Amino acid sequence: MVDYAGSGPATPPTAPSGLVSGALRMGDYWLTVLARTWKGGVITTFVTPFFYVLALGVLLGGFVEADPATLEGADSYLAFVAPGMVAAHAMTIAFSEMTYPVYGMVKWQRIYFSMIASPLTASHIVLAQLGFLMLRTLFACGVFLLVLTPFGVFETWWGVLVAWLVQGLVVLAFGTPVMLFSLSIKGEESFALIFRLGMIPLTLFSGTFFPVANLGPVLEKIAMASPLWQGVNLTRMLALGEIDWALAAIHVAYLGVLAGVCWWLAVRRLGERLVS
Amino acid sequence: MALFNAALGATVARPLRGGEAARMLLWRNILVYRRAWLVFITGFLEPVFYLFSIGIGVGAMVVGFEYAGKPVDYREFVAPGMIAASAMNGALLDATFNFFFKLKYNKLYDQMLATPLRTADIAIGEILWNQLRSGIYVTAFLLIMVAMDLVHSWWALLVVPAALLIGSAFGAVGMALTTYMSSWQDFEKVTLAMMPMFLFSATFFPVTAYPEWLRWIVEFTPLYRGVVLCRELTLGVPSWGSLVSVVYLLAFGAIGLVVVRRRLDSLLLT
Repeated sequence: MVDYAGSGPATPPTAPSGLVSGALRMGDYWLTVLARTWKGGVITTFVTPFFYVLALGVLLGGFVEADPATLEGADSYLAFVAPGMVAAHAMTIAFSEMTYPVYGMVKWQRIYFSMIASPLTASHIVLAQLGFLMLRTLFACGVFLLVLTPFGVFETWWGVLVAWLVQGLVVLAFGTPVMLFSLSIKGEESFALIFRLGMIPLTLFSGTFFPVANLGPVLEKIAMASPLWQGVNLTRMLALGEIDWALAAIHVAYLGVLAGVCWWLAVRRLGERLVS
Repeated sequence: MALFNAALGATVARPLRGGEAARMLLWRNILVYRRAWLVFITGFLEPVFYLFSIGIGVGAMVVGFEYAGKPVDYREFVAPGMIAASAMNGALLDATFNFFFKLKYNKLYDQMLATPLRTADIAIGEILWNQLRSGIYVTAFLLIMVAMDLVHSWWALLVVPAALLIGSAFGAVGMALTTYMSSWQDFEKVTLAMMPMFLFSATFFPVTAYPEWLRWIVEFTPLYRGVVLCRELTLGVPSWGSLVSVVYLLAFGAIGLVVVRRRLDSLLLT
């Protein structure tokens, strides 16, 4: 046994006692990232959703016949579209945070490799990355919901509060599969494809801008199977105060299972990629 | 030097003529995209998705409105807006993010300028490539409009050159702005200009939704000029106003091009 006294760190490296304590060891790293990068995202995070609400909700909404029977219970187009946009916004954050940044961590800056060189493992790394994503989303969606409040689109205060927490689930349900994708691809050109064939169609056809019933019976079923519709409908029910609890439970279970399975796969994939 | 060239058995390269230089840059881009053909093909989908979603899905609930004195379907109203907006978006993405990457990280243009290419050739070549790509997308979109029975006039054929005009104007101005950028964070400013134009330039709803003073501001933006130009063409109601739009966009692009050339000279040749 070599005597390290006086030459190395005061305490030898120790393995973290649990999953959370391990992830928390990266807390100061992620807080630094947040502190240094949040300004760069101010416009896309806060100004973009506000402009969308104004353009499509208020201005285009002025030309929409607002009939609660066709708008899933909303008495104005704005009240219909706003909660949908919040959920779509959470999804967009998942896409932007889990594509190029994650890919960069394995391919360009290789920060994951330095993390794994410590006693931390792939599951700690994934948990910390998702924790960061969650913080960022809850902050951004919280601001978005606050901005919407003066427009008078919410029915109850507790509904908004639960809708806010639901965005954490929505972002996990998208963040984990996108992370899995980013850990699996070979070149960054593939990102153009998931943005064009994944994110944009999901945003446009998942009941965010119009009721899925307008798509016709067959496409309606397909749209209802999309994870974004689950999140949009859950958020909308909470915002409009017209909650079908059984349906809400299905939405939560769907999003939870999707997030759980992809989380597990992402940990495995990251392990393979870092250790091989 | 002469001895050196003689030793290599090579002749001193003569300056390329304008057409040749631009053609080389065009060919380079074609070679690059041959390896990313799926990215190329899917490029035209975004406006199509918007047309289906906003035009048809939302359009089903929109009370009709009049345009140029006759009632129009909401989808007929939105489709030309999508053409103009996607011409702007496509050109700006290429002229800002991609151009910045090539200028700053790839050092692509430094390499090119070591050959007989000149800075003006680079600016024109890049814009030509953007326009070739955009022209293919617009033609595809127009065919979709025909298939959906949204086109009722031969004037609609002119929407292809109109979209190219919009694209080259925004491309030139976008490149000019990019030469002033120092980091990726600066692109937030591009988003800040692009996104409100996309949403508020009478793309999704008529300009009558605004109060009078705001209307003047909207009508002065370059995208609005592009949107009404495309709309007048696909609806078959061109007017003298269309010519004003054309002149406006030509001037907008020409100013951009002059700035790009001068800025590239000072960035790359000094």
